[in-house]
Amino acid sequence: MTPGDTPTCEQLRDLYARMSLIRQFEERLKWLVETGVPVGAVHYYTGQEAVAAGVCVALNGSDWIASTHRGHGHCIAKGMDVRPMMAELFGKVTGSNRGKGGSMHITDVERGILGVNPIVGAGVAHALGAGLSAKVRKASEVAVAFFGEGAAGIGTVHECMNMAAIWKLPVIFVCENNGYAQATPFEYASSIPHVADRAGAYGMPGTVVDGQDAIAVWRAAAGAVTHARAGRGPSLIEAKTYRYYGHHQSDDTLRYRLADEEKLARDRDCLSQFRAHMESRGPLTLTELNAIDAQNQALLDDAVEFAKASPVPEPHELLTDVYAPVML
Amino acid sequence: MSTRELSFGQAINEALRQEMRRDSRVIVLGEDVAGAAGRAHLGLMDAWGGPMRATRGLIGEFGAERVIDTPIAEMGFVGAAVGAAMTGLRPVVEVMFVDLIGVCYDQIMNQAAKMHYMMGGKVRLPMVLRTAYGTRGDKRSYGGGAAAQHSQTMYSVLAHHPGLKVVVPSTAYNAKGLTLAAIRDDSPVVILEHKFLGSAAKGDVPEADYTVPIGRAHVARSGTDVTLCGIGRTTHVCLEAAQTLQAEFGIDAEVIDVLTLAPLDEATILESVMRTHRLVVVDEDNPVCSMARDIAARAADKAFDYLDAPIKTVTAPDTPVPFSAVLEWLYTPQAAQVVAAVREQLDR
Repeated sequence: MTPGDTPTCEQLRDLYARMSLIRQFEERLKWLVETGVPVGAVHYYTGQEAVAAGVCVALNGSDWIASTHRGHGHCIAKGMDVRPMMAELFGKVTGSNRGKGGSMHITDVERGILGVNPIVGAGVAHALGAGLSAKVRKASEVAVAFFGEGAAGIGTVHECMNMAAIWKLPVIFVCENNGYAQATPFEYASSIPHVADRAGAYGMPGTVVDGQDAIAVWRAAAGAVTHARAGRGPSLIEAKTYRYYGHHQSDDTLRYRLADEEKLARDRDCLSQFRAHMESRGPLTLTELNAIDAQNQALLDDAVEFAKASPVPEPHELLTDVYAPVML
Repeated sequence: MSTRELSFGQAINEALRQEMRRDSRVIVLGEDVAGAAGRAHLGLMDAWGGPMRATRGLIGEFGAERVIDTPIAEMGFVGAAVGAAMTGLRPVVEVMFVDLIGVCYDQIMNQAAKMHYMMGGKVRLPMVLRTAYGTRGDKRSYGGGAAAQHSQTMYSVLAHHPGLKVVVPSTAYNAKGLTLAAIRDDSPVVILEHKFLGSAAKGDVPEADYTVPIGRAHVARSGTDVTLCGIGRTTHVCLEAAQTLQAEFGIDAEVIDVLTLAPLDEATILESVMRTHRLVVVDEDNPVCSMARDIAARAADKAFDYLDAPIKTVTAPDTPVPFSAVLEWLYTPQAAQVVAAVREQLDR
């Protein structure tokens, strides 16, 4: 695959299916939060779906991703089952982390998900390690480091970009620039308009892409994947996007965002745009897309039922799994 | 089993070399673990072999893909070790001095330590972090040591975090065995290697492959009158004190080499204290929230009825490490202080 390629029908279906599932997962979660179901601290991904889906559809099952605090979307896009995700949010033993992690630590190493990670920038280093590991093991895997534009201010991210570049590792740095680090606007925290412009400082390609356009994100990611698998080293993709809700579930965005901002972003909603694109140019029909939505709705009905019906951890679980079993 | 005398550093080097031969998943990374590796094309590649020379020669045998010189970027490369451990390797990452963990503490205490538990036991993190620590502690040395930011011990800020194993070898023999055990462990293990053990740590080391179990203390000297607990170099301080106590005061001290700070082998320490009825813990770390006080508290809690005297601790003072050799020597626990503590307990 080379940049500029068009996605196959199957890839288009995947892009929509994953965006739709992420949107519905987050909307369902928001409804649960607002009706008083205790799911802990959550950071909704709503609005940014095209980024996670666009990147992850360009990956293989054996590739790796490291996520951020706003990680539900990345996990779903990488193929994680929503049942253990929802159960984890409910603190149930059937959760992805047996109820010991919650929203900010959802992990599924079997599916290449190295973890949602609420320490800003920390997961980027894990993706670097996965890229290093792939190179040492001579595996053709790539590793994606998702991070926000806020994380572009922390040293770890720059250390990792430098090491990925000098060692020519198969790492793709994906900056999701949603405009705000908590309440701090990007234009305050950066003296240049694009995080991607910093790629040149590390001798790697940097691209700015419309993060509301799943196909554009997919195209940029597919190009970076080809580059990485060919042994040509890392890339930096900056996706300009927007989060519809606050930093976390109880954050009031009107205290720091301008009144019309959200409306402008919603006018360019990634799902609506994708649907309009398919309606005018195909190959998928709105009937097919609606069927995907309905399927996803059923998956979430099932996931919530599963989470509700699952048992909480037994008290003895407090003390288990501090250390891994020792097998010398 | 054939043995020969090795230094502390040689023993660690041998452990790394043997395990890298045995297991292709083991890699070594850190600042100047080779040194000049990027100049292999000019015929230069093993200028340092690590700050303490423990990784000397490894790049020649295993190549630059498995012995990786890093830029000065501890947060990034310790984090990379975490990611590599999650994806099929068994990295041994070196942070030159324990004082430098301040710049990569998140990856140690929030990431490596907590992964297994936080992910419901579904992630293994087989990584080792080797780091050098400690004061020179020798008043005969001219001038000074390395001062406040290159001489610390930092036991308590590592042992504090559940999920992290922390070992402190004291001899060439247990350094090799603990290093091999650490690399084979599926949990993250920090190995603290004292910079100035010198000839005290030299000794016979088997050529063969063996492990010293993590989580078990070693009775370095049997005795009946008092239990002295040492960690790393202070084990040698305790042994020196025990000789003096025997020769000059007829006091028979038992010396326990703690070896693993976390998880602590409480049973061995308590069993000894219940026999000797006295405990002195000797620790090079600062005293507040220290291993010394932790061990003392556990003994007070669980062996109080067996104690014939108040528990004593001999530690560094509550100050940064000073530069001047005279002051640094005063800072560092010495055998004479241990002897004085025991004499006070026995009123002799």
